[in-house]
Amino acid sequence: MSVKNASLSFGEKALWQNLDLEIAPGEFIAVLGTNGSGKTTLLKAILGQQKLDSGKISIAGKPIKHGSRNIGYIPQHRSVDSSTPLLARDLLTLGLTGHRYGISFSARKDRARVEHILGCINGFDLARKPIGELSGGELQRFRVGQAVIDEPDLILADEPLSALDPAQQKIIADLLDQERKEHSAAVLFVTHDVNPILSMVDRVLYLANGQYRIGTPDEVMRSEVLSELYETEIDVVRNQGRIVVVGSHSHEHHPEEDWK
Amino acid sequence: MIFDFANYDQLIPLVTNSLIAAALLGLVGGLIGIFVMTRDMSFAVHGVSELSFAGASIALLLGADVVAGSIAGSLVAALIIGVLGSRAKDRNSIIAVLMPFGLGLGILALSLYPGRASNKFGLLTGQIVSVNGTSLEWLAGIAILVILSLVIIWRPLSFASLDPEVAAARGVKTGALSVIFLVLLGLAVAASVQVVGALLVLSLLVTPAAAALRVTSSPKLAPVLSVAFALTSSVGGILLALGGGLPISPYITSISFAIYLVCRLVAYARKVRK
Repeated sequence: MSVKNASLSFGEKALWQNLDLEIAPGEFIAVLGTNGSGKTTLLKAILGQQKLDSGKISIAGKPIKHGSRNIGYIPQHRSVDSSTPLLARDLLTLGLTGHRYGISFSARKDRARVEHILGCINGFDLARKPIGELSGGELQRFRVGQAVIDEPDLILADEPLSALDPAQQKIIADLLDQERKEHSAAVLFVTHDVNPILSMVDRVLYLANGQYRIGTPDEVMRSEVLSELYETEIDVVRNQGRIVVVGSHSHEHHPEEDWK
Repeated sequence: MIFDFANYDQLIPLVTNSLIAAALLGLVGGLIGIFVMTRDMSFAVHGVSELSFAGASIALLLGADVVAGSIAGSLVAALIIGVLGSRAKDRNSIIAVLMPFGLGLGILALSLYPGRASNKFGLLTGQIVSVNGTSLEWLAGIAILVILSLVIIWRPLSFASLDPEVAAARGVKTGALSVIFLVLLGLAVAASVQVVGALLVLSLLVTPAAAALRVTSSPKLAPVLSVAFALTSSVGGILLALGGGLPISPYITSISFAIYLVCRLVAYARKVRK
């Protein structure tokens, strides 16, 4: 996937400018930044749901108009209404056949694929449970399965670990890591906390103040780099393999509040 | 006497058309009700039915075809809701604004209508008169169109109803689907208004699906049960009304409500046993 010279602004406020990004197959990129720095908007722009002011985004040389079957998407955890008439395994089936109109003609092949993914996500016991009864972690496990079942080239994840406890976060992150390696899919992972995925991240894209920095975690997650980006004093503290970003007052007034 | 089935065998042929209409409505209501529930649009059904009533009343006043007027009213409502109410919160307020306006407009048209009074309220509370040949053709046409369309868009619509952002990312045209769904809903409402009346449409388009979803989460069993419940209510309601001499609607709404109660009890009993 490539993002070339992309810029997007809301009114006067630039979300990001002249963003250049090439993602190789199998690469894991974390997208970090404060609320309102345009992380989710970047995902929307990649999906073709948000028009750019300038620049181009393409996958395998082609721009995306309205989503793509080459993309797997993992949303933020939201609980599902208990009266939803779907079982856990149907989440996987939808990832494979949810875009198809009419009646299925390849049911057997699809079922075999669903069984395979059920094995990968250790979901056989839960397969026949209504999705409204799944716990947050169980639901996100199936959402990872749903995102990888059609063997996409690119997986977009929008804060898939939020609202989960640390143990569940680790299970989901490890599962995603293992699946993308198996299918050599690139991952663009939007998060406000890099720690649960630190061990698997190849590069970090840090968005702030209409600018960005990109590089390995060691290159980007440093006091001087983030201070420059935020144009204020920022401390990046490393403690037992975890990264903690400690801002001064800058976080109290971030771009989001200017246009919301 | 509430029930008198003495001449039942002679009455049945007289209501064949009504029975066919009821069966078609049961099918349509049971199927579309599943999506009304999963897309949380019960209130929209009510709003669309009031505008459908307005359309039918105006058609009656102008001497135009009542079914056509009812469809026109439904579609106008469905399109307004579709265009202005993509977010749930906007949608509810738009429906709440449209609903009394439609009802008022309909009552105005009916008051100006010089014809017999007993026909007038049929549009609100259901027709006693049997469905004639022409309106049966309309109903059958609508029913077949809605059922076929639902079968075609079933999977993408399920996907879009569950997780719109994921479905859109996978290339499902979620915006177009929600407009198509509202048009189908408008058609289904217009058809139901002819038999149960605008005020009672929910009993065919929502109650059966709500009952089914109380007892099953299976994507295959839920529509089957929902259709079975809707058919039992609509056809059963007419058969009971024949022996009762009361309008069809109270029978349909009572059966449909009784089924819902039973389903709630079953769901409760299962929960206790666990």
